Amino acid sequence: MRGATHAKWAALATAVALAATACGGGGDSGGGGADGIVSSSWGDPQNPLEPANTNEVQGGKVLSMIFRGLKEYDPKTGEAKDMLAEKIETTDSTNFTVTVKDGWTFSNGEKVTAQSFVDAWNYGANLKNNQKNAYFFGYIDGYDKVHPDTGEPTADTLSGLKVTGPQTFTIKLSQKFSTFPDTLGYAAFAPLPKSFFDDHAGWLSKPVGNGPYMIDSYSKGSQMQLKRWDGYPGDDKAQNGGITLKVYTDNNTAYTDLTAGNLDLVDDIPASQLKNVSADLGDRYINTPAGIIQTLAIPFYDANWNKPGQEKLRQGLSMAIDRRQITDTIFQKTRTPAVDWTSPVLGEEGGFKDVCGDFCKYDPAEAKKLVAEGGGIPGGTMKISYNADTGSHKEWVDAVCNSINRALGNNNACVGNPVGTFADYRNQVTTQKLQGPFRAGWQMDYPLIQNFLQPLYFTNASSNDGKYTSKKFDDLVNQANAETDIKKAVGLFQQAEGVLRDDMGAIPLWYQNGSAGYSDRVENVALNPFSVPVYGQIKVK
Amino acid sequence: MGRYVARRLLQMIPVFFGTTLLIFLMVHSLPGDPVLAMFGDKGADPATLAAKRHELGLDKSLPEQYFVYMRDMILHLDFGDQIRNGRPVTEVLGDAFPITLQLAALAFVFELTFGLALGIIGGLRAGRLADNAILLFTLLIMSIPVFVLGYIIKMVFAFNLGWISPNVSTVPQWDELIAPAVVLGGLSLAYVARLTRTSMAENLRSDYMRTAVAKGLPKRRIIGVHLMRNSMIPVVTLLGTDLGALMGGAVVTEQIFNIKGIGGIIAESISRREGTTLVGLVTILVLVYLVTSLLIDLLYAVLDPRIRYA
Repeated sequence: MRGATHAKWAALATAVALAATACGGGGDSGGGGADGIVSSSWGDPQNPLEPANTNEVQGGKVLSMIFRGLKEYDPKTGEAKDMLAEKIETTDSTNFTVTVKDGWTFSNGEKVTAQSFVDAWNYGANLKNNQKNAYFFGYIDGYDKVHPDTGEPTADTLSGLKVTGPQTFTIKLSQKFSTFPDTLGYAAFAPLPKSFFDDHAGWLSKPVGNGPYMIDSYSKGSQMQLKRWDGYPGDDKAQNGGITLKVYTDNNTAYTDLTAGNLDLVDDIPASQLKNVSADLGDRYINTPAGIIQTLAIPFYDANWNKPGQEKLRQGLSMAIDRRQITDTIFQKTRTPAVDWTSPVLGEEGGFKDVCGDFCKYDPAEAKKLVAEGGGIPGGTMKISYNADTGSHKEWVDAVCNSINRALGNNNACVGNPVGTFADYRNQVTTQKLQGPFRAGWQMDYPLIQNFLQPLYFTNASSNDGKYTSKKFDDLVNQANAETDIKKAVGLFQQAEGVLRDDMGAIPLWYQNGSAGYSDRVENVALNPFSVPVYGQIKVK
Repeated sequence: MGRYVARRLLQMIPVFFGTTLLIFLMVHSLPGDPVLAMFGDKGADPATLAAKRHELGLDKSLPEQYFVYMRDMILHLDFGDQIRNGRPVTEVLGDAFPITLQLAALAFVFELTFGLALGIIGGLRAGRLADNAILLFTLLIMSIPVFVLGYIIKMVFAFNLGWISPNVSTVPQWDELIAPAVVLGGLSLAYVARLTRTSMAENLRSDYMRTAVAKGLPKRRIIGVHLMRNSMIPVVTLLGTDLGALMGGAVVTEQIFNIKGIGGIIAESISRREGTTLVGLVTILVLVYLVTSLLIDLLYAVLDPRIRYA
């Protein structure tokens, strides 16, 4: 009896197995042409998708589709162009008058007015709402009242924002900041509809914005379907029927789905696949500069690393790193050796310039000499700290150390110091626990030279993790912010960068590119300077 | 029997509290700050950090946090919210558990049928060619690490032959889960086969078998009832504990085939230091273990008439 039951089970399982092998992988069901649906890889976004609460690229992808702000960054040049702004005027770099274009609505039909912006910004700035991007509103007058460093807020709204008409409002800043209007393309400055405030939970489950796409369905943790909003009033209408964002926990899996034809777009090619990418995809692989720079931060908080004359040590270390070789072999040219502290996406007009000069060129003999003149490596050995869980940092840190060791002729000059998790790494970074230089990365918020310098190297700035400080640098940044002539302002920022070079306040390593691959079903795929795919322009064949 | 079950159920309570407390303490002794990690490589202003910590209840003392967590869990079945994306943990688990159950069930059926079948064949033909072939085959499976087996299966069947799609869709179909289930159940299959084989080969020489043969019972009955029933006791123990392992141990398999089950969530929660998710998940897994081990113990009585629970 029992034997017979087992036999039946076995037969059943075999039948199931045979049936399964007969079924091939299911393809995409979306049609082609202008209404075709594009499927794209996605990572689980961090937060509820509030514009002022989203500070990472996965949530940013959605915001880039469903929101349009006063300004929009050109997907090719990164230049800030007017989108919803009719005009933004100022005479003193402190007071700005904004006129919002007429005729724009949210996808639920509500009109976009000056109030939509002011309400959204007040919400984002208020400490009570716990918004991660609150500091973006920090330049606006009255920020310290709604977002005090300690204690409860004493005001609900920013005193620097005033609605003066249905489509006009004024902004008063607490300091001069000439390029402020160019920052307004950042997602945190997006307008919000009334439903965001009236029915917050409902809005979060299905966000409503004013961009070329609307959210059709959102199952958290697995996928989001966006469809084209036909009533979108802007010029950058979506060229496809919609985008399906699928969550992948591993970018290798996404890549295999792309090569198997189950996915149209992967915007993060895994490092281990870079060698195969041209064989697998041919010309359907893009590798374009993005506004991301990787540096080695210096622990100026450590007395051993903050002695006079040590700038020679730091410059020497910089010259001991063979950037070209590392970017070519380890990163397969998805990084470009750095020649300054900004990014090539700024363009020459925006302030990108070879400021670093010889100090960023590999020269082992000179490196050895400078390190010796600078007093040698403190303690004889330096540790480069990095987090080991994400981003495959181990490979390049080891390569940088090898390069330094070779140049200095000392096998113990530099070793990698892995920290288990990113959470722990950031904890040690922000509490100044790390000894020796450590990995630092900066992804720009908006394509301005100011964004690459002030938050990172200004005294006590929010991301100045190495605690670099220089009065000369600070003064130049302040002067640049006050300068109304954009060209002169950029020049002053570059002078500040020169100070940074002479001190070698951080060792620039390389600029990170955005890399993506796509299927032969789609065309016209590009990445913008934020390494986010320009979804709206993708065409389905 | 009833009293035995009641006693076992009561024993679960201290085990439940003990394990949750241990896991809670372990998670909180992990280094790192999950709130800080939300800001990526960028710095965060202290006021926002403090407000976020307060929102998540991370500014309370550890005993208070544990008390609040257990209170909400027991009274309201509320496992808290995830730190990173604010989703309720119950919702996350509710999404992931059915998928893992599906995968584990399939893997279990696979290892049960094929493991037992191979074991029976090997056991009845101990020492002969078929037995040696099965031993060799199981040795091979046991010596291949799961991730190697997973990638080999994926490469051969998905890329070379094109029979299966390389990744499982977000809401998995049963047929998509067959390859992952084979990978997941493969190792246990080998153990089940070997255990069954040994157990049967041993029992074939026992006294009651000789008696049964001497009584002139039909061969089917000797093997099907007398031999199988007695040989199954160690196998049932293995299968019982394996059910729990299949659910919690699918980390690698789930990653290879992009299955959004609890294995992936466990791995992710550890690296993101998501305390609430991890404790909730492990608590449920602990319950699963407790219940299956109770069921296994009860099954002994069915298999072996000498065992009686007062």
